[in-house]
Amino acid sequence: MKVTLKVFRFNGERDYLPHYDTIEMEIDEKKDVVLDVLNRIKWEHDGSFTYRRSCRHGICGSCAIKVNGRSTLACKERMEDMVALFGTELVLEPVSKKRAIKDMVVDKSDFWERYERVKPWLEAEIDEHPTMENIIPPEEAEKLEESDYCIQCGCCYYACPVIEVNENYLGPAAFEKAFRFTADVRDHAKRERLEIVDRLGEGVWDCVKCFECAEACPKHIDPIGKITKLHNEIFKEGVARSNVATRHAVGFKHSIKKHGILDEGHLVAYSEGFGVLKHLPEAFEMWKKGKIVMPWEMPKSKKLDEIKKLVEIASTVRF
Amino acid sequence: MSNRLTYALYTGCTARESTPELLKSTLAVAKKLDIELVLLDEASCCGASHLQDFDDFLSLVLNARNICYAERLDLPMVTICNTCQLNTAMTKERLDSDPKLRARVNEALEEVGLVYKGTVSVRHFLYALIEDYGLERLRSKVVKPLSQFNIAAFYGCHNIRPSQLHNKMNKGEESPYRPTTLDDLIEALEGNSVDYDHKNRCCGFHVDLQAPTTSNILTGNAIIDAYDNSADFMVTPCPLCHLNLDVKQEAALKTINREARLPVLHLPQMIGLALGCSPEELGLNHNVVPVDLV
Repeated sequence: MKVTLKVFRFNGERDYLPHYDTIEMEIDEKKDVVLDVLNRIKWEHDGSFTYRRSCRHGICGSCAIKVNGRSTLACKERMEDMVALFGTELVLEPVSKKRAIKDMVVDKSDFWERYERVKPWLEAEIDEHPTMENIIPPEEAEKLEESDYCIQCGCCYYACPVIEVNENYLGPAAFEKAFRFTADVRDHAKRERLEIVDRLGEGVWDCVKCFECAEACPKHIDPIGKITKLHNEIFKEGVARSNVATRHAVGFKHSIKKHGILDEGHLVAYSEGFGVLKHLPEAFEMWKKGKIVMPWEMPKSKKLDEIKKLVEIASTVRF
Repeated sequence: MSNRLTYALYTGCTARESTPELLKSTLAVAKKLDIELVLLDEASCCGASHLQDFDDFLSLVLNARNICYAERLDLPMVTICNTCQLNTAMTKERLDSDPKLRARVNEALEEVGLVYKGTVSVRHFLYALIEDYGLERLRSKVVKPLSQFNIAAFYGCHNIRPSQLHNKMNKGEESPYRPTTLDDLIEALEGNSVDYDHKNRCCGFHVDLQAPTTSNILTGNAIIDAYDNSADFMVTPCPLCHLNLDVKQEAALKTINREARLPVLHLPQMIGLALGCSPEELGLNHNVVPVDLV
């Protein structure tokens, strides 16, 4: 099968702007992975083409790029699947164009800097002269779920839309790792880590819930699932401080208990406190268009008594 | 009338409050297509992924209860909000695949005389229309083709991601990287679907309160991408995306320093226009950015 590749080319030492090389290539779509194509570009077309690669077994996390905007671990992704998804015209780009140094190689220091902020290591009293292994029972190990499989490839991180717009945001890979250690029974820094990821502007409350990270992860780790678990732990461990984000989450419960359906106006007021005033101009515009339900007109779910009872008996968290 | 399509409609909260035009236009379109929608008035809020952050088990119980009422009617459930779809589908998936969890949830539901069985499907109305009604049949009902409009489909995250979940709930396979259903629907109504990068991106709605700048930038970028690609209007199957794209349009564009004005229609508002529904029936007067197309 013949494919047309549009390949991002940029040399940070020399070029002002990137350009794209167009390369026609015969591929064996049943056999080739994306890395084979990268290799062939270098070996057969242009020896100066630069990309990271090492293990070729989906474990070193070096070869992440983007194919038609989709985060891709080049050594794992089959060309057959790429062609099925995007057709025979494929655009090969680095995971972050704005962080490109040379061709597919990016400056990943932003990833590592944020990763390190969640203390991605075991915090424990270690016996320097152990006489036996520090083993955890299988049921404890299961609590880590698949979070230990992360290879730090950056696929999720550079697919996250918040990373593009908020330079303080820790991002899905760091959260995934924070979860991995908070779930580890041997670890002593659970609370400290939860406090780090609880910070507004940096932590889990700034996740937009787009699920891009879950789609992007080549190891199927489901980073957003771990982000939800961190939210849950923040409440369970009593780390949550009263702020607009935590009240927003809790406000749903109050509203459901009272009306069954959500009281949108009350939820904003409850979450914001005095900050609700800044929403008044927008609320007025909405009111003019018949988009605001007055408190006395607030609809209620039928069989509300059932809902109230379920909120009573099925609640598992307090705040 | 045995082949009349009938669904249990889970409206969600937004369609009964800040986007009344969504419920109105959904009912108008269903009437035109002779689809029967039975409203699930007993249903509660799905938790919108925020209750899930606070109390996962409670959110499962409440969503399971909502599905119970569709099961009682023995009707497939349809949703008209992507986030309702996500949370309801996710509840179904977890309960159907984990007998222990289902038993725990049913223990609570038994206290109010309900039991979750897992017998009905849960799909967004968009997919029910395409899979059950069919685009060819819909095309045959068009009385006012949308051929003069360039229409930018905005899919909304929670209908296309996580793809594994949605492809299990829907019969077709929608790629989150190259979704096509909404564009196919636009073409069936004889509109011109606009190709633009942001059609499958996030609008940022879920951080509107705690991170308005993030939300405004994401929304602004999506609107301006559609605008720069000559869209006459955008269309979305999600009322939460709609709140951001429509109600917050001015603030969002101001944040990214661009000037534009782009009407944003709910999915059934667009379908309704092609089927010959009146602007009143579709609640176009509720849209904040004036829909001055008709």
